Amino acid sequence: MTPALRRWLFFAGLAGLMAFYLWGMKGLPGFGNYPGPYGFIINHIAVGQTNATGVVSAVNFEYRGFDTVGEEFILFIAATGVAIVLRRLRDEQDENPAPDEALDRAASRTSDAVKVGALMFVGPAVLLGWYLGSHAQTSPSGGFQGGVVLASAFVMIYLSGEFLVFRRISPVSLIDAVGAAGAGGFAAVGLTAVVLGMPYLANFLPLGTVPGAVSSSGTIALISFFVGIEVAAAFILIIGELLEQTLIVRQGRH
Amino acid sequence: MQFFPFLVAAWILAVGLYGMVTSHHLVHQIVCLIVVQSSTYVLLLGVGYVRGGVAPYFFDVPLRTPAVDPVVQALALTDVVVEAAVSALLLAFAIQAEKRFGTLDPHELVRLKG
Repeated sequence: MTPALRRWLFFAGLAGLMAFYLWGMKGLPGFGNYPGPYGFIINHIAVGQTNATGVVSAVNFEYRGFDTVGEEFILFIAATGVAIVLRRLRDEQDENPAPDEALDRAASRTSDAVKVGALMFVGPAVLLGWYLGSHAQTSPSGGFQGGVVLASAFVMIYLSGEFLVFRRISPVSLIDAVGAAGAGGFAAVGLTAVVLGMPYLANFLPLGTVPGAVSSSGTIALISFFVGIEVAAAFILIIGELLEQTLIVRQGRH
Repeated sequence: MQFFPFLVAAWILAVGLYGMVTSHHLVHQIVCLIVVQSSTYVLLLGVGYVRGGVAPYFFDVPLRTPAVDPVVQALALTDVVVEAAVSALLLAFAIQAEKRFGTLDPHELVRLKG
């Protein structure tokens, strides 16, 4: 197929798609005239029911908690998939230069400005990630956001040093265990409710007295914490696998 | 103006799809897929917007304040997570494709595979 024909076919398909899209939009209430009762109901009852002032977190970890279990396992399986797809193949080996030589090269490649700049951000990244992960019930934050910020602290360490340091502070077996504990912890919170005679993922912990306090909202805060460490572990694993590829050479090509 | 955000979503979808169709590099194609998925964020948040509504966080605003729909915002969060998972897997496949076939051009890859 020639590129021109390809493009022509695409535009024909796009025209059809857009025609249907515009037709469907005609039936929508305009922007800003949200009609649905569902969001309004949740907004009115969520704070009273869960003591969480962050209603999005209440939806994610309470009302729609079962979906979020699936969502978390999607990420877990994707990290596993990346590790499997990028596993060492038979004709691949580690690039193995003499250690002192490698250290020399790394030292001369990374400029001091990058090292200092990256290291300066490690502390704030850990603090911000921890804050986000532990305040899902209060503010626009939660485990997913906090986990990604926590993982970025490890990327900063990689930027300021080299891959070996990254691996030393985040050994694969430890990261695997942390990720599994996070994913399993979420599922275990749900099962604990079942053991206590409630529906799966029911909020069985005391909700606290002050809405929006860190100690409020029962399982919402707990689940957010588990999600945070699982997301951080999954991203560190994915980033580590992708970085490791730069160390692997294939026999016969180099 | 009433449908402007929905038209923005359609535009982002269209340019992302165009990029995917005409792309000559797998990594570029994956980025285009991310652009396509970004259109859903705009659409979701646009659908849930309430004129004059605040964000659905009642920490420092009274409980009965009109707020936007929190459900579509939670869906957008799910969307972001799935997008991250999908792009990580696709990038891993791109690395393996480059290792196996020595090229990242999708047209070239199709020719190699017949």
